[in-house]
Amino acid sequence: MMEKVSEKSILAPDEVLKVENLKVWFPLKRGIGEALRGKPRRYVRAVDGISFTLKEKETFCLVGESGCGKTTTGKAIMRLVPITDGKVYVKVPKEIAEDLWVLGTDILPGNVVDLAQVPDRAIKPLRRVIQMVYQDPYASLNPRFTVRQILEEPLMIHGIALSREERLEIIAKILETVKLVPPEEFMERYPHQLSGGQRQRVAFARAIIVNPKITVADEPVSMLDVSIRAEILELMEELKERFGVTYIFITHDLAVARYICDRIAVMYLGKFVEIADARRLIENPLHPYTKALIAAIPEPDPENRKHYRNLRIKGEVPSAVNIPPGCRFHPRCVDFEERRKELSEYCPVKEPPLIEIEKDHYVACWLYAKK
Amino acid sequence: MPLLEVRNLKTYYYTLSGVVKAVDGVSFTVERGETLGIAGESGSGKSTVAFSVMVMPPPPGRIVSGDIILDGENIVKMKESELRRKIRWKKISMVFQGAMNALNPVYTIGYQIAEPLILHGGYTKKEAEERVKELLEMVGLDPTIAKRYPHELSGGQKQRVVIAMALALEPPLVIADEPTTALDVVVQAQIMNLLKKLKWEKKISMIFISHDLAVIAEVADKIAVMYGGKIVEYGPADKVYTEPKHPYTRLLLKSIPRLRGPIEKLEYIPGVPPDLRNPPPGCRFHPRCPYRFDPCDKEEPPLIEVEKDHYVACWLYAKR
Repeated sequence: MMEKVSEKSILAPDEVLKVENLKVWFPLKRGIGEALRGKPRRYVRAVDGISFTLKEKETFCLVGESGCGKTTTGKAIMRLVPITDGKVYVKVPKEIAEDLWVLGTDILPGNVVDLAQVPDRAIKPLRRVIQMVYQDPYASLNPRFTVRQILEEPLMIHGIALSREERLEIIAKILETVKLVPPEEFMERYPHQLSGGQRQRVAFARAIIVNPKITVADEPVSMLDVSIRAEILELMEELKERFGVTYIFITHDLAVARYICDRIAVMYLGKFVEIADARRLIENPLHPYTKALIAAIPEPDPENRKHYRNLRIKGEVPSAVNIPPGCRFHPRCVDFEERRKELSEYCPVKEPPLIEIEKDHYVACWLYAKK
Repeated sequence: MPLLEVRNLKTYYYTLSGVVKAVDGVSFTVERGETLGIAGESGSGKSTVAFSVMVMPPPPGRIVSGDIILDGENIVKMKESELRRKIRWKKISMVFQGAMNALNPVYTIGYQIAEPLILHGGYTKKEAEERVKELLEMVGLDPTIAKRYPHELSGGQKQRVVIAMALALEPPLVIADEPTTALDVVVQAQIMNLLKKLKWEKKISMIFISHDLAVIAEVADKIAVMYGGKIVEYGPADKVYTEPKHPYTRLLLKSIPRLRGPIEKLEYIPGVPPDLRNPPPGCRFHPRCPYRFDPCDKEEPPLIEVEKDHYVACWLYAKR
């Protein structure tokens, strides 16, 4: 019915997700005066045209400051916010593709669906393909549910296990996987009886229990003490090995990204400014913004107290309502300021294209683009 | 004579479910112009130390015993009115955790900075206005911000305002309790640069509190590592970072993801911090310590000087 083997799939065999020119714009309220005067509606351009591809079992990092649109990107992929424009192709398992088709979704060759086209009523089966773990484990778990109830809910919603015994068995197994042992003891605990690290383990268990292909992890360690961050990062690695999940890891900390990610995309005001292999990006950053982000990261070296940090960046992130023209970073860019004469025709005027400088290393900056 | 000497400070919280020994016998000194960094996980008692030094432990907390000697004067026994008149703002001020919420949303920035100047510093309104401008410039803000309200500022700007307030009366000692925790890395680095500038130009002494040893390394000359309401390691920054002695400090340092060098497997500290209503016997770290041996779960380790000015409370170093 829906599979036409002859047609070529949009996604390569080892790809699970492809985002093309994704835009998420939130309209602002217009005052009645503005409406009467016929002023156009203004938008918060949270995500303003990004493209990337996820390979199977890859950890892809979105790095940027608050307000750069990294969380909105994650939410758009979860279909938690409306997608304004663009395509998000995702490969779904066959049985879920059938469910989606019944609910009126177009299935593209190779069991691929465009998330932007999935009707609202078909979002439920989609949750078995893409899951999310939130930043704050103190807020993301229902305080009135026990751990068992928290983990049982997705099983019931998705009809994964129909009998109680079966569900308890699955829950016990997943608790063992996330190392909350003995499971019988943790099942009857409430979130307030758990530490931050243990809560985040429950949050991961809840996401993984439906066996998703992709998990969006939105700053999963930034609310935790440094001493237990590594514990959660290690758990993520184990889950990847065991269940073959692909992660979209959202963080503001490049040092953390270096440990967990295969590729890093640096985001600024809704656009990617640089994408590369994680190590290469940190060892050889090209974009002035990436350089500033790297220079800002504190390290446990007592020599650092003896000198100022050399931050080649000015001011703070502007609002996503009034995005600067040209390169969105130019008002904060020290390189632009120093070479204003030479660059004044480019940076403040034209948006730089994302170009491939060396293999798989992309940067959007006029310093590197051929003019 | 050091600027601040804290001797055997004990601050307990008297809750309905028992007495929480949040700070249990902590001693340290801060010299003039020096910055002491206090590190520890959440629940280690580091914020309680900060509030105790201001002699305002949050209720139901009480300073049970100990001395806080500021400039040769013991302030623990001082009356509240005297503390307000002579000590707070003038001698010690504080930059609070989550400064974004420390500002009153219905007053302008200028009004809020001027308030301590008028109430505590005896400035007239005119003088205060001038001083506010100076202060805003000092922390790298445009003086016109004085007319704005907190909601009009970004997180980093609000943090700078709170720092300006803390410095308004030029106190010799400033306590900064996690001043950058809610901020982005770039803004955090900008604020740390500002704190360094103030430290060097104004010669202020600081107590800098954070859970992140990497941030503390930016300013601290001396480090105190707290665990379960006690200081487990205390010494000059150069020593503590390069030759950490206590197993807890070592693990804490190894758990920080690094930006450079080989990607080693990160360490973490299994288990949870102790319940301070009922702390474990002996060394409070022993249930999580990979090196524990015979005396650890029975007797509390003394604070031993392993080299000059470098102290550690661990049985591995105690001669018995």
